Amino acid sequence: MAIELKMPALSPTMEEGTLAKWLVKEGDTVKSGDILAEIETDKATMEFEAVDEGVIGQILVPEGTEGVKVGAVIAVIGEEGEAAPAPAPSAPAAAAPAEAPAPVAAAERPAPTPRKADPAIPAGTNMKVSTVREALRDAMAEEMRRDSRVFVMGEEVAEYQGAYKVTQGLLDEFGPTRVIDTPITEYGFAGIGAGAAMGGLRPVIEFMTFNFAMQAIDHIINSAAKTNYMSGGQMRCPVVFRGPNGAASRVGAQHSQNYGPWYANVPGLVVIAPYDAADAKGLLKAAIRCEDPVVFLENELVYGRSFELPELDDHVLPIGKARIMREGRDVTIVSYSIGVGLALEAAETLAAEGIEAEVLDLRTLRPLDREAVLTSLAKTNRLVVAEEGWPQCSISSEIMAICMEEGFDHLDAPVLRVCDEDVPLPYAANLEKAAIIDAPRIAAAVRKVCYR
Amino acid sequence: MAKKPTAAKDAAVADEGFALRSLQEAHAANKRYAASDDELLTFYEQMVLIRRFEERAGQLYGLGLIGGFCHLYIGQEAVAVGLQSALDGEKDSVITGYRDHGHMLAYGIDPKVIMAELTGRAAGISKGKGGSMHMFSVDHKFYGGHGIVGAQVPLGAGLAFAHKYRGDGGVCMAYFGDGAANQGQVYEAFNMAALWKLPIVFVVENNGYAMGTAVKRGSAETEFYRRGTAFRIPGMDVNGMDVLEVRAAAEIALDYVRAGNGPVLMELNTYRYRGHSMSDPAKYRSREEVQEMRDKHDPIEAAKAELLARGIAEDRIKDIDKRIRSIVAESADFAENSPEPEMTELYTDVLVESY
Repeated sequence: MAIELKMPALSPTMEEGTLAKWLVKEGDTVKSGDILAEIETDKATMEFEAVDEGVIGQILVPEGTEGVKVGAVIAVIGEEGEAAPAPAPSAPAAAAPAEAPAPVAAAERPAPTPRKADPAIPAGTNMKVSTVREALRDAMAEEMRRDSRVFVMGEEVAEYQGAYKVTQGLLDEFGPTRVIDTPITEYGFAGIGAGAAMGGLRPVIEFMTFNFAMQAIDHIINSAAKTNYMSGGQMRCPVVFRGPNGAASRVGAQHSQNYGPWYANVPGLVVIAPYDAADAKGLLKAAIRCEDPVVFLENELVYGRSFELPELDDHVLPIGKARIMREGRDVTIVSYSIGVGLALEAAETLAAEGIEAEVLDLRTLRPLDREAVLTSLAKTNRLVVAEEGWPQCSISSEIMAICMEEGFDHLDAPVLRVCDEDVPLPYAANLEKAAIIDAPRIAAAVRKVCYR
Repeated sequence: MAKKPTAAKDAAVADEGFALRSLQEAHAANKRYAASDDELLTFYEQMVLIRRFEERAGQLYGLGLIGGFCHLYIGQEAVAVGLQSALDGEKDSVITGYRDHGHMLAYGIDPKVIMAELTGRAAGISKGKGGSMHMFSVDHKFYGGHGIVGAQVPLGAGLAFAHKYRGDGGVCMAYFGDGAANQGQVYEAFNMAALWKLPIVFVVENNGYAMGTAVKRGSAETEFYRRGTAFRIPGMDVNGMDVLEVRAAAEIALDYVRAGNGPVLMELNTYRYRGHSMSDPAKYRSREEVQEMRDKHDPIEAAKAELLARGIAEDRIKDIDKRIRSIVAESADFAENSPEPEMTELYTDVLVESY
């Protein structure tokens, strides 16, 4: 009986991959444990092992094919002695091999939403397509070339090339004195990073995820954030703590939390949470140059997404400035990080219904761009906050308080927030989906404040 | 049953054991620093400065001029003076916890701005915004003054990392107490410091009590100098009540670290005469215990006796005492009479840059 070999999911967030190489050919006999193929994800090249015995009947997806969906049948194994089975009735939708013009994978395609140009980028700048992951890496590499005090330290940042491949290639270019693997001791290396910054260096400390930074939060807050004030401005701590934040995919409650509100509560810290590649690059470069300690919150689900990135020699963006991602006159949706993509998606839906939503990306959570929020509110008179995180004591609560205290006269409806459900994030796929914000929920809240 | 090691392995184990004990053995072989008369006079003067300064700080606390927490260094003077006299103030950095006044005075920081910080005045070293536990002087390479028990240990490893990264030849001296020695982050820092051969001297000031908990009630291994063994950090067990023993040990440790061998862990056995902080009545130990230390092991009295035994005129010693009294009186006057910070200071130095 023929067994279908399907494209495996090799990480929690993988949706598709490249079939880099077949290590077997049709007619080969294989047994459990044999390596059949090499599959490239956006993070790594993985070996794909056989779990059954038999003869490779037919290879349905040739090597070099990009964008092969998880679950697509890539080959068929027959039992020994069995003739090669007939081709599967409908060969799964595998994209053309690499020799053909490489199709842009769905998840990597630039967002279709009409985007308002960032006024910080000069008009007429050439744009290229880049993933957020590459943009972050390029930001670090450029700053390391520019300033010898900048170094990167964290778990698996060097030889492994980054747990999420954000530091890929840095070890090759800068060597082990500037790209440093640490043991799994967040408390210790966050303290070493803060101390090195006090001693005059410019450390970029990577947390594999911000969930693990809770082990180190004392150094982020008590050592890094407060020292300049406590020393009467004598002792600075220009360190960047960066890494993925927020819910990833099916990793359960302990690995899925948004720490934006935690850090944004602390005076003395700068907190940045970018959404797209241009902001990720421009703001990480600004963070590394900044004299203050910065918490830089990335999002694993956004790492692989592609966006337009300006081709500038030195793309540095201002910290503390929100950005209008989409203009609209009827209502403002305020968001940050991954929520911005959902807000833009909701805005598309709403536009079809005749509601023009303005989408404001906060980009920096501390200092917060209150003026941008209030200006947009004064224009639209209605506001919804979309946040991938818990509702209580959140960035949403803060935006609502600002609107209440300083924008009351401009409000035509109560401000609403769309947040994750107020529960630890469940593992089961259906429950997880139910717990996290999505575009339909944002659209529904917008209709409500528009009384539609 | 343990496997019988081969002869070669036996020798290797013995060698490793020797490497870990070698500094201690070198110290045991030559316990006391051969100070010149002038050097010993300087050590005496620095210790007296710390003692008189702390006594005055205690008084000002009693008068309500100093608030919050205030941890005095009385009894421990020989540690900071003996160790820091061996450092190169141009390149070596120092970091400690909240019992920090003595380390600052031993590193030559002006007593006036320290005392003014204790009274929360604008002229204080942290503009009155740090207080007793949070004082820094980047100019003097004194990096605090940290209020969270044990935090200064990884921070110190970070300073040592910066010395090594820049190749400036500096060593970091990171002090912590017997209480902080049980913090997990201390061992994370030991591991990385040894792994990366960072130029750092870890100094446990074992004064016998973690606040009110005697060492033996809080520590499974009470010989703190052994606690680096798991990380291949050589340890040194040092009498912290004799400034010349401390200085001699410091030289051995610094030679080892400066040669690029990585960290050393020094245990300085000392004693604090006062409570943990000003608000501690110290009921957990007997008056006799304290009196015994004061009478028989006081580092200042010992140095004085040695000076006299060397034939130094008593008048010279009295001159020092007098000069120190006037320096301390002056710093107390300065601290009492300086203005409090301007209200605008409330909002300054939260962030360095404007956004």
